[in-house]
Amino acid sequence: MTVWSFDSFKFCGFQNFELFFTDDSLSIGIKNTLLYAVLTCGLKVILAFLIAVFLTSKIITKNFLRSVVFFPNLVSTIAVGITFSALMHPSKGLINKALEFIHIPAVDWLGNTHLALFSVIGTDVWKGVGIATVIYIAGIQSIDKSYYEAASIDGATKWEQLRYITLPLVRPAMNSVIILSFIGGMRTFDLIWSMTGGGPGFATDVMASIIYKQYAAGYYGLSTAGNVIMFVLIAALAYPLQKFLLSREVR
Amino acid sequence: MKMKKKKLYLLGDVLGLFFAAVIFIIPFLFMLVNSLKERRESNLLNLSLPEIFHWENYATVFSANNYQILTAFKNSILITACSVLLLVILGSMAGYVLQRRTDKAHRFINSLILTGLMVPAAILPTIWMMQNMHIYKTLFGMIMIEVALQIPFTIMLYRGFMNSIPEELEEAGYIDGCSKLKLFTTIIFPLLKPVSATVIILNAVTIFNDFTNPLYFLPGAKNVTVQLTLYKFMGQYSSSYNLLFADVIIIIIPMLILFIFFSKRIVSGMVAGAVKG
Repeated sequence: MTVWSFDSFKFCGFQNFELFFTDDSLSIGIKNTLLYAVLTCGLKVILAFLIAVFLTSKIITKNFLRSVVFFPNLVSTIAVGITFSALMHPSKGLINKALEFIHIPAVDWLGNTHLALFSVIGTDVWKGVGIATVIYIAGIQSIDKSYYEAASIDGATKWEQLRYITLPLVRPAMNSVIILSFIGGMRTFDLIWSMTGGGPGFATDVMASIIYKQYAAGYYGLSTAGNVIMFVLIAALAYPLQKFLLSREVR
Repeated sequence: MKMKKKKLYLLGDVLGLFFAAVIFIIPFLFMLVNSLKERRESNLLNLSLPEIFHWENYATVFSANNYQILTAFKNSILITACSVLLLVILGSMAGYVLQRRTDKAHRFINSLILTGLMVPAAILPTIWMMQNMHIYKTLFGMIMIEVALQIPFTIMLYRGFMNSIPEELEEAGYIDGCSKLKLFTTIIFPLLKPVSATVIILNAVTIFNDFTNPLYFLPGAKNVTVQLTLYKFMGQYSSSYNLLFADVIIIIIPMLILFIFFSKRIVSGMVAGAVKG
């Protein structure tokens, strides 16, 4: 809340916070953070559920596939960032090569201001979908098999079983996935930093990257203000979200 | 009917393997192949096998910046090992006490710890505090930070697991005249082994892969950690992908080894941690 170096400071009221909400290069961070958290969370919740249902069916290679899906979780985010920025290289990246092969014009994944954030979101989902899947798998496996037997005797189709048995009973696992990926998304920093550094311009700046940038530039007051805003945002969104999710669990 | 179902599952297998290969395996293959190429060849960023296998890329990476990566590995391993050790000791004790006592004060501490799971670290106040304590830019300070950040999660895992340990064991020990400390070290702690394994692996992975916190709290060339060297490399070798990917591979390998040996443990641990959170 103050303009300060480490040994002297002067109080300046809420100026830093005002700057955060009015300056475009700073307020975009709040918007991007929310977009990032909501989208990564939503995509992980949906994709991981589908993958988990697939990987709990009777296919032979499921154990191998589970490990494969899970492994990116253990790789450092910086390494993932480096690799994906190479894969998304505008002229020679592998993704564009593949698109070219099916006659889709090359896309500048990380250089286009409208697209860059979504490219990073995609990478985040790639890295994080494994843990979400594993949580779902644990949830699905803990569902009592007799429900399915009863349902199939009553003539329920596979789809109906999925919709009316698996989906409601996997709620606790789903809630964990939602909360974890939402908070993770709000706090994200390393992936953004290693893939785009907040650029092009400020298009992919999130709260955490702004905090770091202001810190590195010596604007300690602004940096701390950002930190406080991030804290308030997480507290104001995550707590009610958790309360709401818990109240809807099937007991 | 049976045959048809079998065929359907086989089709699922094939499709699953195909998508897993395209989406999850190719990126890793891409790193590996390109780390073995000559500079110009790897800058084409394609998936073809290298013409000649350039294993010396790895040697180059190791000797880069005056063998900085060795220092980095030493630092990272030191930080990880010390933090994990402290976490196991402190976490198990705290989890034990917090699960067994249910009065108001302990419930308050409990909710405080749960809050710790969510909030982001306050960076500048922490740096200011560390400077005043003269532990800023030291490995010791970094270890303290990692312990502080991971302890809520660790305590939560231990506390959850304590639920399944019957109180009668302690009562029996108490009647036989066991002191409180001995009760914990000889009876409770050995029973916590499965969750300790989880705690060790999960925290080791998180702390070893941590980039953000060393970036803030551990600047300086002699204090580099593995993730920081990788980040530095990114700037330094942005035009020689072969070296960059060699570095990436070197950094992934410890995790890969860990995963091959402990994959079951890691997965079940992740689930336990996540679901109880």
